[in-house]
Amino acid sequence: MNELISFLVGRLSPDYLPKDPVTIGAAIGMPLAALGLVVLVTYLRRWRWLWDNWLTSLDAKKIGVMYIVVAIVMLLRGVADAAMLRLQTAIAANGAEGPFSSDTFQQVFTAHGTIMIFFVAMGLMFGLINVVMPLMIGARDMAFPLMNSISLWLFVAGMILVNVALVFGGFSNGGWLGYPPLTELEYNPGPGVDYWIWSLQIAGIGSLLSGINFVVTILKHRAPGMTLMKMPIFPWSVLVTSVLIMLAFPILTVTLALLGLDRAMGMHFFTSDGGGNPMLYINLIWAWGHPEVYILVMPAFGIYSEVVATFAKKKLFGYRTMVWALMAIMFLSFVVWQHHFFTMGAGANVNAFFGIMTMVIAIPTGVKIFNWLFTMYRGRIDFKAPMFWFLAFVFTFTLGGVTGVLMAVPALDFQVHNTMFLVAHFHNTIIGGVVFGFFAAITYWFPKIFGFKLHDGLGRWSAVLWQIGFLLAFMPLYILGLMGAVRRIDSYSDPSWQPLFITSGIGVLVIVGGIGLFVLQLLYSVWKRKELKDTTGDPWDGRTLEWSVPSPAPHYNFAVTPIVTHRDEWWHRKQKGVKTPAKSDYVDIWLPKNSALGLTVGALAGLFGFGIIWHLWWLVLIAAILAIAVIVRRTLSDDNDYHISANELYHEAVRARS
Amino acid sequence: MFPVVVAVGLVGLFAFLVQGKQIDVLQPAGDVAAQQYSLLMFALFLSSLVVVPVFTLLVFFSIRYRAGNKKATYKPEWGENKWLEGLWWGIPILIIGILGVITYQTSHSLDPYKPLVGGKALEVQVVALRWKWLFIYPDQRIATLNQLPIPVDKPVHFTMTSDAPMNAFWIPSLGSQVYAMSGMASQLNLNATKTGEYTGYTTNINGEGYAKMTFKTKVMGQAEFERWADSAAKSQDSLTMETYHTLAEPASDQTERTYRLANKKLFEYITEKYDGHSMHSESSS
Repeated sequence: MNELISFLVGRLSPDYLPKDPVTIGAAIGMPLAALGLVVLVTYLRRWRWLWDNWLTSLDAKKIGVMYIVVAIVMLLRGVADAAMLRLQTAIAANGAEGPFSSDTFQQVFTAHGTIMIFFVAMGLMFGLINVVMPLMIGARDMAFPLMNSISLWLFVAGMILVNVALVFGGFSNGGWLGYPPLTELEYNPGPGVDYWIWSLQIAGIGSLLSGINFVVTILKHRAPGMTLMKMPIFPWSVLVTSVLIMLAFPILTVTLALLGLDRAMGMHFFTSDGGGNPMLYINLIWAWGHPEVYILVMPAFGIYSEVVATFAKKKLFGYRTMVWALMAIMFLSFVVWQHHFFTMGAGANVNAFFGIMTMVIAIPTGVKIFNWLFTMYRGRIDFKAPMFWFLAFVFTFTLGGVTGVLMAVPALDFQVHNTMFLVAHFHNTIIGGVVFGFFAAITYWFPKIFGFKLHDGLGRWSAVLWQIGFLLAFMPLYILGLMGAVRRIDSYSDPSWQPLFITSGIGVLVIVGGIGLFVLQLLYSVWKRKELKDTTGDPWDGRTLEWSVPSPAPHYNFAVTPIVTHRDEWWHRKQKGVKTPAKSDYVDIWLPKNSALGLTVGALAGLFGFGIIWHLWWLVLIAAILAIAVIVRRTLSDDNDYHISANELYHEAVRARS
Repeated sequence: MFPVVVAVGLVGLFAFLVQGKQIDVLQPAGDVAAQQYSLLMFALFLSSLVVVPVFTLLVFFSIRYRAGNKKATYKPEWGENKWLEGLWWGIPILIIGILGVITYQTSHSLDPYKPLVGGKALEVQVVALRWKWLFIYPDQRIATLNQLPIPVDKPVHFTMTSDAPMNAFWIPSLGSQVYAMSGMASQLNLNATKTGEYTGYTTNINGEGYAKMTFKTKVMGQAEFERWADSAAKSQDSLTMETYHTLAEPASDQTERTYRLANKKLFEYITEKYDGHSMHSESSS
């Protein structure tokens, strides 16, 4: 009998219910917020609409918007985590007690890092790629629309697991990369590390599928005439990034699987005893982890390239070198991983090799910065909000690049590794590079998806507050690192550090203000959407194909597949005078029908992960079998497309023009 | 003028915040840290050769080529120039080339494993525990907890391990950190050139007591160090296997203690106990 019960409930136990006030608050608040959402949708009678138009949609643009919505909600949680961290360090000086216990603090910084990288930065990136990449290359959709939907829902399943941990069981306390042996059973027997492993594992599989999808789409679905060297830079950056995803994410999957085996089956891959080797894990996780940071930042490079050319009203400077620089970065990002642990005691030659390789990346990156600057040279720069994000990027990212080059010198890294200096450095590049880029992109492409622009002034002020908040929050951390403040501390004894930590906390509040303005910008623009309406489909006088279709873009993207002759095709057509297609140019098109498969697979994957975390092996088995079964069933079905006739397309286009 | 006001305000604020403060890495008290400090300054100077032009061009182009300024030249189709592109491939290659040579040299000259000049080094074995630091002086037959007395102007050779999750051993005033890992013995060579007290840290997250796991490096004159070592060797407290196992229990402990070393092979025992067999079946010898 007892055996049966323990088989059924695994290690679920009331002991894992939250105990301290912060987690109890979150544990009550989050389900309440979810319930509120359900009530709201029911009250507005929007379930059918939500199901048909969004949840089961295979339209890349809709999938992209869902990614971005999830990522922005997660950004709010990640920033709340950041505020908790800096609140603690503003108070806990010289023996004073902070509001959080060490264990809570450690879970919070682990959650902050995990969420910001996997569920904010990755979510924003996949979202934007889905929204604009097919439009920019003149494609109707992704190569594999259904797989695209599966990717999204695996991402959502991972996201939900991270948040379930907050409510029940607690999260990992091992940092965002979970170094063993701290994350092994020996030191961490609870479910926290398992939540971390399986949320990343599930989201990671989704990322890998996305990477494959993007590569195939770019290689096979470009509009006729668009050779690779006529492709805009953003799709180029996506191509290069996706190749990195395809090469790097399997490493993550395997590494996490081995750690999972250690924990679930008592194996010894990375334990400190029994022949395990934690150093192997550190090498493997960074063999994925270093390419990962370029996976995040390269699409942002693509975004800046589009934004600066559009708003400078000028051709992008040095297109060819931009492409070569992207490829150089792609290659180099695989031969630098050891710079994350110069201090492990490898020999001087090994350290020197990886140090020099790391610096070499600064060369193509520097070239890109000069190319962006010379795109501005002899332009007519219109300083709309996206350009504000661009300026903030060049300033912030260049500083981050400098501190990166400093840390690439092994002998210098020995003095700043794993200190607040490092924390400041990677926020310098990730906020300056990735976050600013995605805000620029959201502002820039918003009208294409929703048919109205975002309010410009609020967007500019959001950028200004982010920039000032960034400097206030992170410059003190550079100084603290040099003073000896190591990363991830929840208290310190030196009272002279406190004013710097307080300043950093104030900086976080200013950033929160910047996010607040962004949210306000969204709400205000929705309210004023009639005045901000984009009637032309080309609100910024754009250069690339996405601006040639009406706003919001039709679900089939292009009524007539464009034929490309130039790099900045739309700009070129506008110079020549835009021709409207004749009736004979229209042909019938087929589009994928909606499918609930992605949602189903996502839900099953979530249950599968939850089962492993809590040792509910029956649930794991059932979820796995069902997931395979629904996928097989779908592959046997023939009735997956629907058809729009040429006539319908033509009349719709005529209606849109009048 | 808003950006200028903000910039001046921020620079003023940060200058005020650091005024008169001890910044360990920038105020070195050992030869290694001093060389790292000069290296840092030189690398910063090299970087400024790129940063200054970038910031200048950013500001200048933003003002000069703003849409409102119709007097500025506008060349919408100009997008390539071999000479200019060659220039900004060339300059970074040159700078990184110089820095690369320096990187290679300093990776060797500041290799933590390389013994320092200045006579026979003092041997110290470092054991990171949850959450406290144990220092063993095998030649003096003493051990200390959370304090590290060393003589000034004399090389110290550290051999480090961990009987806990991964740690790193770092005294910013003296220079270089290196990981301390269970089952392994990593090495670090440092010296101190100024007497005084310097805080040491672990830089790698290792559980509950992580933030409070610091120690005091006490740099004293050679004679004073010898007096201290002599009296410590006669200490009432003896570090036996039993005391060690009590110390190795996970608990935050910030007290400073001194022991007479009962077992000269303690460090070897700690590094070897992880070899091959599982910890659970380990027999305490």
